[in-house]
Amino acid sequence: MREFWIIFKQSFITKAKAKSFFITTLIMMAAIFLLANMPKIIDTVQHVSGGDEKETLQVIDSSGMLVDRLKEQFEAGGSGIQVEASTKSEKELTDELTAKDIDSFLSVSVDEHGIIHANYTTMSLMDFSLPSRIQEALQSIQTQMKAEELSLSGTEVQTLFTPIQFDQKNVSPSAKSEEELVTAQILVYILMFVIYMSVIMYSTMIAMDVANEKSSRVMEIMISSVSPVKHMFAKVLGIGSLGILQIVIYGITGYIAFKTSATEVPGGFAEIFSLKNVSTSTLVYAAVFFILGYFLYATLAALLGSLVSRTEDVQQMIMPMTVLIVIGFIIAATGLNNPEAAYVKYTSFFPFFAPFVMFLRVGILGLPMWEPLLAIAIMLLTIFILGWFGARVYRGGVLMYGPSRSLKDIKKAIQLGKE
Amino acid sequence: MALQLENVTKRFGNFTAVDHLNLKIEKGTMYGFLGANGAGKTTTFRMILGLLNANEGQIAWNGKTISYATSPEIGYLPEERGLYPKMKVEEQLIFLGELRGMNKADAKRAIDQWLERFEVPQYKNKKVEELSKGNQQKIQVIAALMHDPKLLILDEPFSGLDPVNVEMLKKAIIDFRNNGATILFSSHRMDHVEELCEELSIIHKGKQIVSGSLRDVKRSFGRQNVRIRSDYDLTNLDRIRGILSVAHSVEGAVFQIEEEDVANELLTAALKEGPIRHFEIEEPSLQDIFIAKVGKEHA
Repeated sequence: MREFWIIFKQSFITKAKAKSFFITTLIMMAAIFLLANMPKIIDTVQHVSGGDEKETLQVIDSSGMLVDRLKEQFEAGGSGIQVEASTKSEKELTDELTAKDIDSFLSVSVDEHGIIHANYTTMSLMDFSLPSRIQEALQSIQTQMKAEELSLSGTEVQTLFTPIQFDQKNVSPSAKSEEELVTAQILVYILMFVIYMSVIMYSTMIAMDVANEKSSRVMEIMISSVSPVKHMFAKVLGIGSLGILQIVIYGITGYIAFKTSATEVPGGFAEIFSLKNVSTSTLVYAAVFFILGYFLYATLAALLGSLVSRTEDVQQMIMPMTVLIVIGFIIAATGLNNPEAAYVKYTSFFPFFAPFVMFLRVGILGLPMWEPLLAIAIMLLTIFILGWFGARVYRGGVLMYGPSRSLKDIKKAIQLGKE
Repeated sequence: MALQLENVTKRFGNFTAVDHLNLKIEKGTMYGFLGANGAGKTTTFRMILGLLNANEGQIAWNGKTISYATSPEIGYLPEERGLYPKMKVEEQLIFLGELRGMNKADAKRAIDQWLERFEVPQYKNKKVEELSKGNQQKIQVIAALMHDPKLLILDEPFSGLDPVNVEMLKKAIIDFRNNGATILFSSHRMDHVEELCEELSIIHKGKQIVSGSLRDVKRSFGRQNVRIRSDYDLTNLDRIRGILSVAHSVEGAVFQIEEEDVANELLTAALKEGPIRHFEIEEPSLQDIFIAKVGKEHA
């Protein structure tokens, strides 16, 4: 056991002390802070670059009665749109528009039935918000005008537009409320992505490390003092702890970042991450599936890494494993909008996909307890089998040198390990 | 008997890497293990270390089989450099020392002593990849020696070292032997083996073709060299019976003979040609024996 901890410590500490680890962690932390304060940053940038200046809307009003009302409407809404009555003709303004002196203009008129006709002209292809706001404003002006015509009071108008009470209720046992669902979806997506990234990253790290020890021939010294099996599991556990440490750092950073970010945009990140809507069980499942997913793929990666003798060959060797991870992630990502689909359900029990797909299902749907537990049990069993099998391959694989680049070498490695 | 290998055989599929190998190494002796590339030396070492299991035969260290429990008693220097390139020398040696059962304080003390002895204390906090090949080899040697092993297995210990460092390492190894350690080492350099080893084996294609004490090996080889230096032509001497081979040079010639009587005949014949400047009957060098034995097998 002593040797186990020495190797555990070595693979943990050398990695944790490495500059690259420090820098990656720092960059990620900075990125999280940046993300949390994104709306505020965009705001500030707009302020500095003058993007938040009041937009001026040129209005040709042939009726002469709409400009003032429109002005009132926008002022009341506090929208920052300056309405300016223009005396120029439509043609003159179109010329100005093509010359890029103005961004857009509006011409309005009222026909004999008291219906407002509006024409919005713009050069921008991406102008969506302003026209809809103008339309909204004109609509309410028209309502007012009609109400005056019918001599309706303000309250009467309001009564007319009273919205109905519409509540949706799903009695399916696996469903969550609409509000919960959106939060869950976003949270699950983010956590799923974290699991995906870290499983790929850390399992590649393991395969690289093992291949590295082989190519620097330090492996021969290692396994002459420690059994290969002990060496393999100490390494998997050491790098796993490093991964957990890194994710805990990111988690704390994220929490602090979102708590301290001054942004109070309704519906923004801050609201989603206010943590009052986040269910603890989702976080617990995320941790469980991360750890199991990691050990599953790390054991596989150690096995594959032990077969190559040069680090250059690692990528090629772990390709099938990477493909498995990507497929699992794609199934989960597509299942995000349709978590009850049959293919999502069945693949969630497949051990190599479970870390993503079962986590998705358990995070979004209210599953009966046995389903995630069954998936966890299947994964544990697979890890056990892979560990047993991996140890046999590893024992021979670490002694094998030469141009080994294919999975066929597994057989050779087991043979060598037995002898 | 400290280390004993009895009828050890190792097969990989149809290929026999080591064929019925017998070794007996006494405590406090140095044993030379010679063989051409691919002869089975490294496979033998791996079996002794327990990395590979023998198909047949027994390997015993002080009567016990070697396992991970005995690893603190063993020092191993692999043929190729086996160090973490990115780790600093001291950290690395502490790590390797701990794996061989040392505690950190002892490891540190031993590292300082050895770095001092090998005249490289300035590399203590350098990364291994920054060191020259010869200095890396010194670090590797320290890793094999620092825990004061009782059995030393050295695979090509002198490769990559300059003559000054070879002497330094030789002295360290001799000190170890004098302190009662058992040492098994392989080398391509016959002169090192001749100088250091009491006993030796030559293996070829997995088979042990020569074994025994250096003196016995040389005697049983049954050939001697006669070196004659003369300013006169010696080609007439080639016809004397009992000469196995001859190599002429500007200075004279070297004759390989089977029986000592032939040496006298050579001397008489050489004097007939004219006065000679040098006459010597040499023992065969290990190099000659190795080439004769291994070369014959090749043919």
